[in-house]
Amino acid sequence: MSSAGQERFTGTTVIGTARLIAAKDLRVELRSRVLLNQVLPFALIVMVMFAFALDSDAVLERVAPGLVWLAALFSTLIMVSRSFAVETADGALDQLRSAGVPAMGIFIGKMMALMAQLVVLVTLLVLAAVVLYRAELSWAGSVLLVTTGLTATCGLAAVGTLYGGLAAGAKGRETLLPLLLLPVVAPVLIGATRATESAFGTRGVSTGQGWPWLGLLAVFAVLFSVSGAVAFGPLLDD
Amino acid sequence: MSNDRATSTPFTKGLGFFVVLGIALLIILGIFVSPADVNQGESVRIMYAHVPGAWLAYLAFVMTAVSSAAYLWKRTRSLTWDRIAGASAEVGVLFMAMTLLSGSLWGRITWGTFWVWDPRLTTTAFLFVTYLGYLAVRGLGGTAEQRARRSSVIALLAVLEIPLVHFSVVLWRSLHQRATVLSPDGDIKMDGLMLFTLLFGVFGFTVLFAWLVSHRQRIIAMQDAQQINALDAAVTERLKEVQA
Amino acid sequence: MSHAGFIIATYGITFGVIIGLVVYTIKQGRNLSRTVADKDKPWT
Repeated sequence: MSSAGQERFTGTTVIGTARLIAAKDLRVELRSRVLLNQVLPFALIVMVMFAFALDSDAVLERVAPGLVWLAALFSTLIMVSRSFAVETADGALDQLRSAGVPAMGIFIGKMMALMAQLVVLVTLLVLAAVVLYRAELSWAGSVLLVTTGLTATCGLAAVGTLYGGLAAGAKGRETLLPLLLLPVVAPVLIGATRATESAFGTRGVSTGQGWPWLGLLAVFAVLFSVSGAVAFGPLLDD
Repeated sequence: MSNDRATSTPFTKGLGFFVVLGIALLIILGIFVSPADVNQGESVRIMYAHVPGAWLAYLAFVMTAVSSAAYLWKRTRSLTWDRIAGASAEVGVLFMAMTLLSGSLWGRITWGTFWVWDPRLTTTAFLFVTYLGYLAVRGLGGTAEQRARRSSVIALLAVLEIPLVHFSVVLWRSLHQRATVLSPDGDIKMDGLMLFTLLFGVFGFTVLFAWLVSHRQRIIAMQDAQQINALDAAVTERLKEVQA
Repeated sequence: MSHAGFIIATYGITFGVIIGLVVYTIKQGRNLSRTVADKDKPWT
């Protein structure tokens, strides 16, 4: 850590650690611009390739919500790998742990940073859907969409950080991430897609029908934020 | 010959005897003795292979979860629990694959398709993939203690996520207003002998499960011991080299 | 495939795999047992 970071190190409190780690992760992203230069283009390419594969404006408009969240999920895999590659390159995570830094703080910090990046990603994907797939957004729909985006990305960030921590590290583990992560995030995919359908008004679904799905997303986010914070330390202790 | 006692004990030999008997009886009852169904005809016989297999798969999952919790709880921590969890998962994943296979064959006959997206099937498919992930985590290497800790946490996370996945799918499919709950056993009139055969199958498979897990748990123990011995031997060799 | 074919296939796969697994387990147990000392086998 830089000397500036050491000066501000507020001991071993969870919140202090979380703030530092989140700031560090976001700073790394700002400097390296991996999200901007690599992940966002990847997400856009995926959206374009869906159009090639599905080959029908009517179908695209109908499945736009699903495509947005599929692209988001695939991008999450990349972003989670990236989030931990930053740590394992110099064995930074191990050093942090042996220095007595609370695992819960590391988890919350990385989760917050990941969530911030995911929010940027999902915003872009929704814009892409409006442009490429002719999705339509009303004001009421926008409120629903923003809430959905925040809740869903929170859940994704939580499970991503948790399983990402496990899948990071030794060679041959990275391929474990999709296998572990994708089944777990099924509720997010289902809930976010249905809520987004309501927001876009796809297939005549009204905005009001989307809010129950938000409940599912919220339960998921809370459940895995808490479990993740608790399980992160034991899972990563080697 | 000491090899005869490899992974067997008098207890498992007794279990094994009943397993052989039970399986043979189940096949006879299932294929020859039990009656055909009024609605499904002969194809109902698939049930006697499918349902006990599904039962075993779910039982194995529960066993893995319980053993994982037992390992994590300090008062009952013992690597035996980890081995039981692993053995259960190995057996469970196999039977879950067979359940999905036999179920889709049955579905082909009763519904005309190999697959439907109803909550029970979808959750079972998810359970299967989750199992595979669990086994992959067990294979990450390291000491037995490391493996035990990692996989027991993963198992408990799975206990959390499977009901959530199931609930999501139930909500999702209820949107499509299925009037009838599509399940192969939905329209079977349970004749007394049919019910007996089914329960006998479930019981027999439970005994089979106990036999399999006992043996496989001991196999894992021997594999772990082998690894430790190999490590010790390598260290001793190295020390000899250094001292020579 | 006729109904009978499906039934036979199901039973064949299910019980074939069971028998295979049982045989494999016993064999694996015996092979491993040869390489591991009795002290590592707390059940004997």
